[in-house]
Amino acid sequence: MKQIIRSDFSAIARWIDPNTSLLDLGCGDGEFLEYVQSIKPVQAYGVEISDTSVQACIQKGINVIQQDLEGGLALFKDRSFDTVVLSQTLQTIHETEAILGEIVRVGKQCVVSFPNFAHWSHRLSVLCGRMPVSKSLPFDWYNTPNVRVLTIADFEALASQIGLNILGRVVLHEGKEIKWGKNIFGSLAIYRVCASQ
Amino acid sequence: MTLLNTKTQSFEFTEPLSLSSGKSLSHYQLLVETYGELNASKSNAILICHALNASHHVAGVSPDSEDIGWWDNMVGPGKPVDTNQFFVIGINNLGSCFGSTGPMSINPETNKPYGSTFPVVTVEDWVRTQARVADRFGINAFAAVMGGSLGGMQSIAWGLLFPERVLNCIVIASSANLSAQNIAFNEVARNAIMSDPDFHKGDFYEFNVIPRRGLRVARMVGHITYLSDDDMAEKFGRELRRATGLSKDYLYSFETEFEVESYLRYQGDKFADYFDANTYLLITRALDYFDPAKSCGGDLSKAFEKILAKFLVVSFSTDWRFAPERSREIVKALLDNKHPVSYAEIDAPHGHDAFLLDDMRYHGVVRSYMDGILRDIERI
Repeated sequence: MKQIIRSDFSAIARWIDPNTSLLDLGCGDGEFLEYVQSIKPVQAYGVEISDTSVQACIQKGINVIQQDLEGGLALFKDRSFDTVVLSQTLQTIHETEAILGEIVRVGKQCVVSFPNFAHWSHRLSVLCGRMPVSKSLPFDWYNTPNVRVLTIADFEALASQIGLNILGRVVLHEGKEIKWGKNIFGSLAIYRVCASQ
Repeated sequence: MTLLNTKTQSFEFTEPLSLSSGKSLSHYQLLVETYGELNASKSNAILICHALNASHHVAGVSPDSEDIGWWDNMVGPGKPVDTNQFFVIGINNLGSCFGSTGPMSINPETNKPYGSTFPVVTVEDWVRTQARVADRFGINAFAAVMGGSLGGMQSIAWGLLFPERVLNCIVIASSANLSAQNIAFNEVARNAIMSDPDFHKGDFYEFNVIPRRGLRVARMVGHITYLSDDDMAEKFGRELRRATGLSKDYLYSFETEFEVESYLRYQGDKFADYFDANTYLLITRALDYFDPAKSCGGDLSKAFEKILAKFLVVSFSTDWRFAPERSREIVKALLDNKHPVSYAEIDAPHGHDAFLLDDMRYHGVVRSYMDGILRDIERI
């Protein structure tokens, strides 16, 4: 039974070397960690707040720590993980700057992915007077877990402002890489970042 | 009630046991209860460690009485720790008053109860005796050692003393050492017992008395700390203890006035009927002394370097006796060493007592973790 792999999983996994340590923040039911561990040996931990997701991870045999990311990453030492992943979770956290500071403190490299609010379909939706509901933003304004909506340009501006080094970038739409007009045609952005030296 | 393959056994040990205190016991007996069947490769054994006032009688109904085991909602056929799959062992710890050698037992050298002469025992001492029980069963390594509160400390001590003899440590509502506040509560309890005129410096057996008043106060103090403020408010509030139809006016006396007083007095009386005062002193002292980081200058991460087992750590949000922060210290020390660990923080209203209660999320987490252990056993 082959599960459908979320389009950003394989893109993120490419940045993770075998036999390294990996921390997935907001790991949900552990699908990403299960996927990575199925293709390469890594020492992996997830962090998750939801009771049902924590149990789902434990059921899969994935190390998981139940914790609210808003509280920071006090459990984790500086540069204690080769890779920290924040996959489609940034937009659900209030303390944006704090969590970005924390992930580059803990991770030697970090991978951050988020839905791009500036995708043309979202722009069109707002132009027509309605908040967008799409595959990458599949919620109505009143029930969305997303508390921070951002675009590719927004993220890059904040990254330079708070001293994040961008090491790589992949922009996707429906699983396909977008080579040009990224902030218009891309619905999902994936960044590889680290703390600037 | 579930039908459980329950066996109570008594093991005699004549090889002297060197204790942490430097003293030794030349001869002792441990009561052991088992559930389920040990498989051919002896790889499915789970040790359940008990806390302050419990015993080897973990689950099922005692053959000789109607007593239901103290963790019957956790251990049994089809339960989170499934005795259809695992061979589960409960051991009454040394120094206890439920059949294993303790202060009430007769010292063969004097033909009198040990009383005040029974040596102080530590969590590590218990773990060493538990390992001897494992030897008797021919169990090389436990699939898991599991416990709540003081039982969780024993699980941690297993990971440290016998890294190769335990594959999983399950540590629930516990801590890597007691806080000053916790030691203070223990001291109040001990002081209540020791200042009871019937205590006779621990040798009350020969006077045919029991320091009941001290034991009652000790239990009352303990009970307050096992419940959360909200839980007490919910259970008792400011309700007055009155027969139905009687006036709700105050009595302006020091008799039992509030429901909560009646509850505490009842718990105190019940406890004084079945628990030994010297055992209470010993067990609370074992709690106080447990501190695996002590030998590493207080550095728990360093102390945990030698651990080989995987860990499951569980805490409860309203537990203020063994608060979630204390569990997170354990988790952090494991993470610092990149040891495999999962941690669940259960949002439950029942304070420290929650670890003994039935809660879907809590039992779900344990059940899922046990499934993983079973997969590992089958893989070997």
